[in-house]
Amino acid sequence: MTRQRYDIKSYPGFLQITLLCLFVLYAPLIVVAVYSLNASASIAVWEGFSFRWYVDVFTGPESAKFKTAARNSFVIAIIAASVATAIATLAATAMVRGGKFRLRAWSFGLISLPLMVPEIVTAVATLIFFNSIGFDRGLLTILLAHIAFCIPFAYLPISARMQGIEDSYEQAAQDLYATKRQAFTKILLPLMLPGIISGFLLAFIISLDDFIITNFVKGAGVETLPTAIFGAVKQGIKPNIMAISTMLLGFSVLMVLISYLVSRTDKTS
Amino acid sequence: MKKLLTTTAAATALLMGATGAQAEGKLAIYHWFEYIPQELLDKFSKEHDVEVIMDTYDSNEAMLATLKAGAIGTYDVAVPTDYMVSILIAEGLADEIASGELANIGNVKSGFSDPAYDPGLKHSIPYQGGTTSFAVDTAEYSADIDSTDIIFNPPEELHGKINVLDSQGEVLALAAVHMGIPQCSTDRDQLKALNDMLQAAKPHWASFNSDTAKEVLAAGDVAAGMIFNGYAAKARETRETLKYAYPKQGWVNWMDSVVLLKDAPNRENALKFMDFLLEPENIAQVTNFARYTDVIQGTAEYIDPELASMHESNPPAGIEGVFVEACNAETQAVYDKIWTNLKK
Amino acid sequence: MAGGATSGGNAVTDTYKEARNWLLLPAWGTLGIMVLAPVLLMLVYSFLTKEFRGGVIWEFSLAAYDQFFFDRGLFGDDPAKIEWTYIAIFWRSIWQAGAATVLSLLIGFPTAYFIATRPEKQRVIWVFLITIPYWVNLLIRTVSMRFLLRDEGPLNSFLMTTGLVDSPIHMINTNFAVQVGLFYSYLPFMVLPIYAAVERYNFTLSEAAADLYANKWITLRHIVLPAVKPGVVAGCILVFVPSLGSFLAPDLLGGAKNFMIGSLIEEQFKGNAGNWPFGAAASMILLTMVLIILVIYARAQARSDKEAG
Repeated sequence: MTRQRYDIKSYPGFLQITLLCLFVLYAPLIVVAVYSLNASASIAVWEGFSFRWYVDVFTGPESAKFKTAARNSFVIAIIAASVATAIATLAATAMVRGGKFRLRAWSFGLISLPLMVPEIVTAVATLIFFNSIGFDRGLLTILLAHIAFCIPFAYLPISARMQGIEDSYEQAAQDLYATKRQAFTKILLPLMLPGIISGFLLAFIISLDDFIITNFVKGAGVETLPTAIFGAVKQGIKPNIMAISTMLLGFSVLMVLISYLVSRTDKTS
Repeated sequence: MKKLLTTTAAATALLMGATGAQAEGKLAIYHWFEYIPQELLDKFSKEHDVEVIMDTYDSNEAMLATLKAGAIGTYDVAVPTDYMVSILIAEGLADEIASGELANIGNVKSGFSDPAYDPGLKHSIPYQGGTTSFAVDTAEYSADIDSTDIIFNPPEELHGKINVLDSQGEVLALAAVHMGIPQCSTDRDQLKALNDMLQAAKPHWASFNSDTAKEVLAAGDVAAGMIFNGYAAKARETRETLKYAYPKQGWVNWMDSVVLLKDAPNRENALKFMDFLLEPENIAQVTNFARYTDVIQGTAEYIDPELASMHESNPPAGIEGVFVEACNAETQAVYDKIWTNLKK
Repeated sequence: MAGGATSGGNAVTDTYKEARNWLLLPAWGTLGIMVLAPVLLMLVYSFLTKEFRGGVIWEFSLAAYDQFFFDRGLFGDDPAKIEWTYIAIFWRSIWQAGAATVLSLLIGFPTAYFIATRPEKQRVIWVFLITIPYWVNLLIRTVSMRFLLRDEGPLNSFLMTTGLVDSPIHMINTNFAVQVGLFYSYLPFMVLPIYAAVERYNFTLSEAAADLYANKWITLRHIVLPAVKPGVVAGCILVFVPSLGSFLAPDLLGGAKNFMIGSLIEEQFKGNAGNWPFGAAASMILLTMVLIILVIYARAQARSDKEAG
């Protein structure tokens, strides 16, 4: 065995670039979090530390608008992610445990379609579609659109997980006279749970995050958080928007933590 | 899985509650951004026990596009500018108000009760009137600002520091004023010259923004910007060196109106709202907030006295502004092309 | 998240073979009605006649595509020339998206490599740090960036107080701001696939190269890079495709001054133009471009799989 002349894995400068990368990713978020604690009503000057804009979000003149928008966003995200996760779980079962079949490639193409079609194109197509069938726009149109584009995001972690589970458990159950249905609900689904939760969380965040499609299909007075924020920031970034953004940042970090913890229990089991 | 289904069911119930329960006593307004005080909406809401929802837009054209893309039948009223009122009527997007349906229609000042854009006020009531030109930060540029050259042939100092409204109607109308040609011109040489002039001016502009028109000036991101007079007055409150211009070539005049929309889901409440805005005390609150001018009798006692003496609300005598004109389809196609050329 | 998609476990089995059509039905139905049908309808709309000020008339017309590709002058009666306006808009979008992709690659590759060569326990934390910003609403991230880059914003005040520059660097409302915005929006998409590829890379290859006295950078260029190429390509596509149709970054960071594909399409439905067939045609052209890129990618992928297997 020859002695290595250098550490073959590390390259000079890569650490610095990684730190730069993290700096670029975090600087804007940190700046916004810091400025959300600014006492001044103007974003241009720093007038000392204060929580007034957090109070303003809940009690200020725009609070009703943001509360409604937040409720809409969360209701839509919960329903859309749930339905998309259910659909994706069934589809993944067919794709991973359904043998080889002719429509398999086509089905996979259809499922990943929302990932391939640029968002603006989906938005325009959905608008035209609802318009041509005379579907009144409101919460329901947003919900339907969200369910559709959340499916692939739920599907990916679920099918990945299912491919990682030996089907010997289900075979064993069936050998013990369990029906297919029982094998599915009693064996496969519980084993699938971490994947299903990951899929749900991903779909949930994707729905919560969506601006472009929602903006195209929303009806009168129906705002979600992104459209409400977009409307507000178009007229200039105000401190209360920074407070909302910071809270959403905190919420997102919480979600990632949950998803991380779920995946960790998965490894230990 | 069961849990998933119950969650879904619960959330669905919540969603239905969110859409269905308050269907009675609603009013859906489609309005310009930052154009009505929240307190006034709250007051209407309380007085008539109506839940008010409002969406905003940033240009007449954007409003029209949204209505035509399926939003008609979901809003009760919109607040377009004069020329857009006549377009809405021509497109069949405005509903007719029968005589006697508005108790307070007599409050409209006499010179404004039979406008050319809506003869006899059959579909709309006047909301606010004002002008569009531009404001300049005199700390950055101290020479004479009362010329459309500031925007279309800017002096060296303002290069790259100009914001232009992202609104085809107003920009092209002001450009026509600048060149001294009619709007909706069909003269080929004039149209070509207009196109060339805009192409030459664009490199000196920093951005196209309507809804941030005030913010970019107040924050000092640009040194000059197209803006509405009342909005300029609000910008001046933050940055005192801003001055609104009344160019010697002319400017754009406008009258925004509340239009009763076709298939309004809450037509009754829409009419109540229009009557509400015809009361001097209420419309005066809008005027004090937006800092334009209303044309309702008896508002004088409620109006902020500062408004009358403001530079922004006092155009110089002897120069006229123009109203934006709606062109026919064939002419409009050429103007659309000029606008696309400008933004490409 | 999908990192371990192909590793371990069994491949396709046929436990639920009989039920597979029923299991797939909800997905077929939802996506068929809500995505496929609308896209096909949009294709139809692109061949219809435009109605003045928005909407369509149900008469066949090639006007939308004609407008896209041919210039007939301001008044529509000059002899047809190639129309460069929209090609230029597409080209600008491709260029911006390409610049953002290159920028992401230059920063993302060393980052991904660095993370993948950490001890296993540390890796999770690094990946965690990279993914958190992605979970924050894209709109909020773009707005934050706009705030940061303003002439009088925190970045310029920092540069000026530290004496690095004398007057503020003008960044907002420039192409640079758009590229930085796109880069920032999709950077995690670049890092994660490369990270997954480097993690699977067999470092004995690098050792072998070192034993043969290859220089470090030569090893990187000729040994590591070819081995992790699929991850790099996947990362580039994941950054390039969404950047191409992006709408927020040009609008909020670029000052809406120059059309990009996304804003050009948006303008046809929500803005001044009101030309639906043209908006549908532009969407179809964008979609076709993206599909071509993906097909080329899939072909290349299949070929390299065949070579490897």
